Amino acid sequence: MPGAIGTKRIGILLAKAGILWAFLGLFIILSILSPAFITPNNLMNVVKQMSVNGIMGIAMTFVLILGGIDLSVGSLIALTSVCAAFFARQSLELPLIVPIAVSLLVGVAAGAINGFGIAYVGISPFIMTLAMMSCLRGLAQVLSNGTPIFGLSKQFNGIANGFVLGIPNLVYFLVVILIIGIFVLRKTVFGKWVYAIGGNEVSARLSGINTRWIKVVVYMSSGLLAGVCGVLMASRITSGSPIIGVGYELNAISAAVIGGVSMSGGTGNLLGTLVGALIMGVIQNGLDILGVSAFYQQIIQGLIIMVAVFLDIKSKSRI
Amino acid sequence: MTRVLEMKGIVKSFSGQIVLHSVDFEVMEGEVHALIGENGAGKSTLMKILMGEFPCDKGEILLRSAPIGVVSPAAALNLGIAMIHQELSPVPDMNIAENIFLGREPNRFGVVNTRKQENQTAELLSSLGLGFDPRMKMRDLSVAATQLVETAKAISYNSRILIMDEPTSAINEAEVRKLFDMIRLLRSRGVAVIYISHKIDELFEIADRATILRDGRRVAGGQMKELTRQQLISLMVGRELTEVFPKVNATVGDVVMTVRGLTRRHEFRDVSFDLHAGEILGIGGLMGAGRTEIVSTIFGERRPDAGEVRVRGRALAAGSTREAVQRRIAFVPEDRKNLGLNLSGSVADNLSIVVEGRLSNAGVVRKRTVEKAVDRMIATLSIKVESRNQRVGTLSGGNQQKVVLGKWLLSEPDVVILDEPTRGIDVGAKAEIYRLIGQLAASGKAVLMISSEMPEIMGLCDRVIVLHGGALIGELSRAELSQENLMTLASGMN
Repeated sequence: MPGAIGTKRIGILLAKAGILWAFLGLFIILSILSPAFITPNNLMNVVKQMSVNGIMGIAMTFVLILGGIDLSVGSLIALTSVCAAFFARQSLELPLIVPIAVSLLVGVAAGAINGFGIAYVGISPFIMTLAMMSCLRGLAQVLSNGTPIFGLSKQFNGIANGFVLGIPNLVYFLVVILIIGIFVLRKTVFGKWVYAIGGNEVSARLSGINTRWIKVVVYMSSGLLAGVCGVLMASRITSGSPIIGVGYELNAISAAVIGGVSMSGGTGNLLGTLVGALIMGVIQNGLDILGVSAFYQQIIQGLIIMVAVFLDIKSKSRI
Repeated sequence: MTRVLEMKGIVKSFSGQIVLHSVDFEVMEGEVHALIGENGAGKSTLMKILMGEFPCDKGEILLRSAPIGVVSPAAALNLGIAMIHQELSPVPDMNIAENIFLGREPNRFGVVNTRKQENQTAELLSSLGLGFDPRMKMRDLSVAATQLVETAKAISYNSRILIMDEPTSAINEAEVRKLFDMIRLLRSRGVAVIYISHKIDELFEIADRATILRDGRRVAGGQMKELTRQQLISLMVGRELTEVFPKVNATVGDVVMTVRGLTRRHEFRDVSFDLHAGEILGIGGLMGAGRTEIVSTIFGERRPDAGEVRVRGRALAAGSTREAVQRRIAFVPEDRKNLGLNLSGSVADNLSIVVEGRLSNAGVVRKRTVEKAVDRMIATLSIKVESRNQRVGTLSGGNQQKVVLGKWLLSEPDVVILDEPTRGIDVGAKAEIYRLIGQLAASGKAVLMISSEMPEIMGLCDRVIVLHGGALIGELSRAELSQENLMTLASGMN
């Protein structure tokens, strides 16, 4: 019956755009409640503040679609920030590429360990990355001797704190990574295989896909992006610190889930995650401006996740 | 005989689509009543309404002439209606006794009386001729055993009406006998059994009366002994089905694959055979003879302990499905939902998954190329979909199987392995799949087919190798193929 099919399609579109409506609604409400919210300066601030979460959300989206999870990214960000800071110190006078390369390599290595443990040894992603969360945090403390590393070069500090054409560098990083991520997920064979494995791993393997290798690559990518965030964080706070990044993995998961990524794998997309991260950023910023205490903000953050998932379940059951 | 159940004028629709058009259905006490129809005819929906899974939009249900409202499965059980589902879902880590008494555990103030539970289970099982130990964990049971336990569970509710949905889909001949004995025993006790199955031979053997549904309407009903097979099929399908099997006209060519001495401890030993281009080689044998194990080992899903497989003369590396696919071997598994498809993916995603890499441009998907290939395959196989982006999970069994076949056809394999290719598929779709299998052979591919359905084996295969207890016990040419010869070999007699 064409009529039934037509309404189904509109229903699906509305459901998918649901978070977008939510975001716009939020935006409008906050703008009304506080004129300070809608200034270009503040809006730039919002995007700047959610960039790191946005980047980790992108990484987490790949991992979740694959059917896995990565709880170690927060600790990995701390570790890579320490590594980057160590080589970015003014006193060492090393070229900028060195701290960046080191941070990325450490990130990829940690991701590879995660991937190997999960795909080849068979440890469940939750357990493996939980264990690594602890190991990496400890390693960060050991390498930094428990104290932040200061005295970084001006060049390095400029990475995250600079502006190009009036837009903060952090935003560029987010946008570029987002574009690359969307391209890989939607347009490459690799991206298709990630969806396939998350949808049904056995069937993917029986179709000739090298599932283990793909898993390793995805976790390595998550580690790589954590390395990027390590550099960005160290640059932003002009120090490498072993205590940053706590809870970042949960924020990344929240952004993805609000954006419609399923925890059981096989579905989701990056634009959704972006909107999810924006929602989180906007709420935090808006509530800050309105003077709402951080504790209430935490409660609201949790409620948003529940509402988002609830709406997702409802939209799926109707179809 | 008294009328124990009457469903009158049942109407049901989902999202605006009418699925049942004023269906009438009545069952007598102490009879085995076959509910027949193609997939999508409405049989499952009708039974789900009876079992309280959802309400009907219009109509009424009368139990022994008294109107009832079945609001939930628990209510149905209380009213004496029990169902054994096609999709078995026991709790794998609990044992037989715990599963059978799930939800009604014998207890003293909330503490489960394990001994009583196990004793009652043992009594139940022995009264039905089953010898399982009540303490066995469900995950250790074979699919066949699980089905028998689920049957025992449904019977234990002392229901007056027992609904069996495809009860013999996963059990072998001997176990079917046991099941039928159970059913006759229940019939003698006055229980009404509603029997849903696609296996026409079984229906003629066990059922007293039948009701036939087509496209959500009741089209006919009556005594089984007054119907012929032809009539039954045409009523189900709505058209004359004179040829279910294609004329096998392929020329058998060179040897494409050789298997020598393939062995896996406790599963099969020393299996050797040749497979030629253009032939359909059947693998016959009873359930548990090792057929699926052998083909999944050939495909690289598992490693053999000894033996080798050669494709076009070159040895095939063991234990790698990727290697098998690269060497142009295709595998259509028995369990298509869990092994052959990504249910959350679209038809296009599923169809293109094997050839995605081949059709890409250095790793970047060529969308138009893939779409064209997918659309061509959908047309070739007549897969009924609204669009190529439809989620595969929403297709009927027959169409899902076509998607699995389609994904392999796109990869242009040399060897196609089919494991129970028409399991759970209705008569109309079966004929189409048979035609496709015939075409595969005609186009020069080598086809290796496992099937437990006699008519299928006899209608399609050029030769059949028969397995018994993990060993290749014999081979039958097309001329020697007969029900008796197959059964004789399969049962281990030479």
